[in-house]
Amino acid sequence: MIIGLTHYLVVGAILFTLGVAGIILNRKNIIVILMSVELILLSVNLNFVAFSHELGDLTGQVFALYVLTVAAAEAAIGLAILVAFYRNRGTIAVEDINSLKG
Amino acid sequence: MPFLSEIFQHFLPETILAVGVMTLLLIGAWRGDKGFALVDELAVALLGLAIVSIVLSVKPDRSVFEGAFMDDAFARFMKVLSLGAALVSIILSHDYLRRAGLEKFEYPILIILSTLGMMLLISADNLIAFYLGLELMSLALYVMAAFAREDGRSSEAGLKYFVLGALSSGMMLYGASLLYGFAGTVAFSGIANAVSASAPIGVVFGLVFVMAGLAFKMSAAPFHMWTPDVYEGAPTPVTAFFASAAKAAAVAVTVRIVITAFPGADQQWRQIIVFLAIASTLLGSFAAIGQTNIKRLMAYSSIGHMGFALIGLAAGNEIGIRGVAIYLAIYLVMTLGAFAAILAMRVEGKSVENISDLAGLSRTNGLMAFFLAMLMFSLAGIPPLAGFFAKYYVLLAAVDAGLYPLAVVGVLASAVAAFYYLRVVKIMYFDEPAPHFDPSPLAVRAVLALSTISLLVFWIYPTPVMDAASVAAKSLF
Repeated sequence: MIIGLTHYLVVGAILFTLGVAGIILNRKNIIVILMSVELILLSVNLNFVAFSHELGDLTGQVFALYVLTVAAAEAAIGLAILVAFYRNRGTIAVEDINSLKG
Repeated sequence: MPFLSEIFQHFLPETILAVGVMTLLLIGAWRGDKGFALVDELAVALLGLAIVSIVLSVKPDRSVFEGAFMDDAFARFMKVLSLGAALVSIILSHDYLRRAGLEKFEYPILIILSTLGMMLLISADNLIAFYLGLELMSLALYVMAAFAREDGRSSEAGLKYFVLGALSSGMMLYGASLLYGFAGTVAFSGIANAVSASAPIGVVFGLVFVMAGLAFKMSAAPFHMWTPDVYEGAPTPVTAFFASAAKAAAVAVTVRIVITAFPGADQQWRQIIVFLAIASTLLGSFAAIGQTNIKRLMAYSSIGHMGFALIGLAAGNEIGIRGVAIYLAIYLVMTLGAFAAILAMRVEGKSVENISDLAGLSRTNGLMAFFLAMLMFSLAGIPPLAGFFAKYYVLLAAVDAGLYPLAVVGVLASAVAAFYYLRVVKIMYFDEPAPHFDPSPLAVRAVLALSTISLLVFWIYPTPVMDAASVAAKSLF
């Protein structure tokens, strides 16, 4: 079997769906949400690199490098906010983010 | 090869902010929190300088940096709005931060970084610039929402905003990857060429994902769920910044993407925009009725107003975009005025946020009650205040484009919304007085008065805003 663009796109779509499902279905722990966000960004990177190879155009790989950089910044900020939240509440369970109703 | 100085001329406001914010960071690092007042004043000066450099410049529209950055009249109009809103929110925040013990020099720096992100976002002309601008804006906004880090509500608001914001960025980015793959380019003009005859299904999927991410940033229903919580939990001046500058930038980039990248797929994007507009106007008017907290009320109000701005975009022609530009300009003035009034709500040194705290304000502080009543009338869209003209121009464009159902929904929703705005006026003028408010600082009073006066002046002398909006709309087509 020859591995073509479609296979990469299917893997990317599965990873993306897993990431979104991880954010929506997860009821336990906010760290898992951060991991799901990373999963989404990595699925996007897979798409970009696969398309870049298929099109013979480097722009997609450049985009993937930018996404990696931003993902690192995003993880840092997310963890910082999480630490601030933990200091106030003493918990990082998803059920406990409920003092603002809505 | 163009000369550097030629490119630089188109990139001047961004350069001022980028270099300026690095300098401020050095000053902050050197002086510590003692340097707050200095950094705060320099930040206002930088934003003012950037506005002046845009307003005074006379230059042709031009795309620079290999088509990544577009400097046109539309971008300049929206940048002035975002910069102006950022400047006013820094001025408003000074007293609040001092009383809340939040005089940290990072605050004005974060506002400027986020504003810089907005400017790059507004000018973005390809997907990479668009994504980087959006993230620069959002990452600074996440931190600002959690800025009162000793306060559980603020850090919870920051956490909610971060999780949902990261999810929406991810969706938007997935859409961008599909657009890149199926159109074969990241440039908006290249995407427009690829979809000019018929839109491939992959591009339509990409469009849907990108629109979902953008709707989240604009807080258009059904992607609004974070808005009331974040607005309530974040410190009030930060909320003012979220509701004004960030919205203007998000709407501006939505307009640019839809108009410059998808002129050939107008059937597809119009369905999405019409749906978002109807859902937002209806949700903004019905869900706000039961609110007791004025910041939550403003959150639902802003969702409704985004719906109206999208009505203008749904028309998709020059009149519609002019309507969006006028709408945003007037919306920003109204929102900043309303948040100045919310910042003035302080009893014995503590902020109060319930609508019932405004009871009988006409007897305890007649002038503030009058200004706030005018703002509420304008938000409700009652003539002759500016809010009426804002709604008038977008609805006119919708009727002009033959979108009659959309225009009818807009009018009905604004009639429902008038109920809760007028309820605030009724509480201020006819209920038994609540405790006195403390005297508010000069900056807050000045913003409240100036915003109300400019809403009245727009009726008599609308020409400058109208002309600028017309030029801005023309540059996109």
